[in-house]
Amino acid sequence: MRKSALIMLVLLFSIPALLFAAGEQELEEGKTLEIFSWWTAGGEAEGLQALIDVFNEKYPEIEVVNATVAGGAGTNAKAVLATRMQGGNPPDAFQVHAGHELIDTWVVSDYMEPVTFVLEDNGWLDVFPEDVIDIISYQGEVYSIPVNIHRSNVMWYNADILNEYGLSVPDSMDEFFEAAEELQKNGVTALALGDTNTWPATHLLASVILASTGPEKYKGLWEGTVDWSDSDVKEALENYAKMMDYVNSDHAALTNMDAAGYVAEGKAAMNVMGDWVAGYYMSQGYTQGEEWDWAPSPGTAGNFIMLSDSFGLTKNAPNRENVVKWLEVCASKEGQDAFNPIKGSIPARTDSDRSKYNSYQLAAMDDFSSDFIVPSLAHGSAVSEAWLTKINDVMSVFTTELDVDKAMKEFQSLAERYAPANK
Amino acid sequence: MYSPKKEIQKGLIVVLPMIAVLFIFVYGFIFWSLRVSFSAWDGILPNMKFMGLSNYKTLFASQRFQTDLFNTFYFTLFFMGTCIIGGFILSYLLFSKLKGEAVFRTIYLFPLSLSFVVTGVLWRWVLSPEVGVNALFRMMGFPAEFGWFTSTESIAEFNLAVISLIIAASWQYLGYTMAMFLAGLRSIPDQIIESAKIDGAGEFRIIWNILIPMVKPITFSAMIVLGHISLKIFDLAYAMTGKGPAFVTDFPGLFMFETTFRGNNYAEGAAISIVMLLLVALVIIPYLYSIFRGEEV
Repeated sequence: MRKSALIMLVLLFSIPALLFAAGEQELEEGKTLEIFSWWTAGGEAEGLQALIDVFNEKYPEIEVVNATVAGGAGTNAKAVLATRMQGGNPPDAFQVHAGHELIDTWVVSDYMEPVTFVLEDNGWLDVFPEDVIDIISYQGEVYSIPVNIHRSNVMWYNADILNEYGLSVPDSMDEFFEAAEELQKNGVTALALGDTNTWPATHLLASVILASTGPEKYKGLWEGTVDWSDSDVKEALENYAKMMDYVNSDHAALTNMDAAGYVAEGKAAMNVMGDWVAGYYMSQGYTQGEEWDWAPSPGTAGNFIMLSDSFGLTKNAPNRENVVKWLEVCASKEGQDAFNPIKGSIPARTDSDRSKYNSYQLAAMDDFSSDFIVPSLAHGSAVSEAWLTKINDVMSVFTTELDVDKAMKEFQSLAERYAPANK
Repeated sequence: MYSPKKEIQKGLIVVLPMIAVLFIFVYGFIFWSLRVSFSAWDGILPNMKFMGLSNYKTLFASQRFQTDLFNTFYFTLFFMGTCIIGGFILSYLLFSKLKGEAVFRTIYLFPLSLSFVVTGVLWRWVLSPEVGVNALFRMMGFPAEFGWFTSTESIAEFNLAVISLIIAASWQYLGYTMAMFLAGLRSIPDQIIESAKIDGAGEFRIIWNILIPMVKPITFSAMIVLGHISLKIFDLAYAMTGKGPAFVTDFPGLFMFETTFRGNNYAEGAAISIVMLLLVALVIIPYLYSIFRGEEV
């Protein structure tokens, strides 16, 4: 009796091993494609599946392995990715924020192959805006294919609240402070913030900086050609510190989505967050024009802070040909129009099928094709991960202590260490 | 023929693979980390240029790491204190034939079956400043302004936000120290307590002069176990609070994780982990020393 129980136990423990072994055997060279991402939840996962479906239709003989790592807004996935890349076991294609997150981490260290030819061969170099090509390029070569575009500098506001106090939507920092003052007098939280993960504070700061500096200086700041002691930058830091007088007291306990929720629930009037919030409001059934509406964050009209998820081609990818096919699907009109309506983002191409998108997305697409496009700070487009990690640390202290001079000094010393112009 | 020497040889052969694995994957990598912590490895590609102590210098100069060390110190102090004093009180209550002992013992031991991640998520809800216990107090008409894990107040470098983590961790480990003390109290011969009673000793006198000295070895091992948990705490803080505003709930483990895996600064990350290793060694080595000395006697 005891012996048979023991045998059962041994068998039970060996089942996973057997399964795993079988799985390994199935992965035949050349017939598979492993896609590595942290898209595990809701619209993201469904969007990725839609993209995979497009791929499967075209290439039914290739088996797609959808390797996702959940959690931590990609932090966990990035740790796994780093281990796999350094260990010489790269996934075929992996999700990465377009811009410096990809370039400074993987391109500079020579792990990536340029993918300019994917765009060239299909004649697609012109359908992506020049600013976008600029952001995804390094030394004249394109290194990743953007599948979507999100806008970072969006202010979400509760239209009912603003109407109730007779306030118009602020479109400069001065107007914002006037409105905030009025709201505070009436006991309404003017600005919702949820910075328990710190990056939402950095996200807000980027919009505030852009409002004071304009697009050229904003870009220069991340290239290292503009100093943090610049009077416009200093004004921005002071504005940020002043804004903290008007935020909800429990901001350190909330996530970015909690804060966005505060606006729709009427607990706060405004919130600055990326445009994934639109999808969230729609999925919760809030009415646009009443419980929520949007505008470019104060002082940034005419500018579009973009962030983008993209896929690149790793050197030594086990199934290189399949990755190229995958990248073509990602860059194609069909692929972009399958992914973005579901993910709630807009296509990186400017020639997509407008009938597939909702009213917010259409408005964002219009701005995207006419605005100045600048890279986002908090989402890896403007600066390297290493720099961003340190910027987040400074923000964590700055948001608490509101010491402008100290923050400015620390930001400057980080820029001296990490900015491309100083390397 | 039985030959002890041969037996030892056979034994050695059996444990040799294990020892080899241990030396490579534990001690080997400790030395590797030490080496990396002296290097200039900042980025994905290794750069083993010897930099001396410069990583440690940057580390100790950074506000984040200084805050981390104070947080670790106070967390360890109060977590140990609560668990040991609270655990002893609970075990004494059970020991002195409280009714329904089995029920209470189970209740106190239950949290131990959870992982720190579960505990963290749970207490994050309970102590959330707007919706947790604060809301409960406000409903009952008391003012409740304390921000719990978002509080940025501090007394003598003790960030009050750490209290939330101390509560959560103590809640989980109180049952553990209680069980240890209970076992210790049960092993004290009844005669000693009986004769003390006959001699007219009161309850507190018995506790102070007999029970506490008798469970001293247990107190010592409890301190070691709790100490090494709190010195390398990561999961609880990661799940419950993150680093907090101005690092009020940050610990070296979180800092190390972010530096290494988010910032790709392997050299500085290794330096943090070496400091953590030294902190734990401060606790463990005296313990091992006393155990080995005890065995020789």
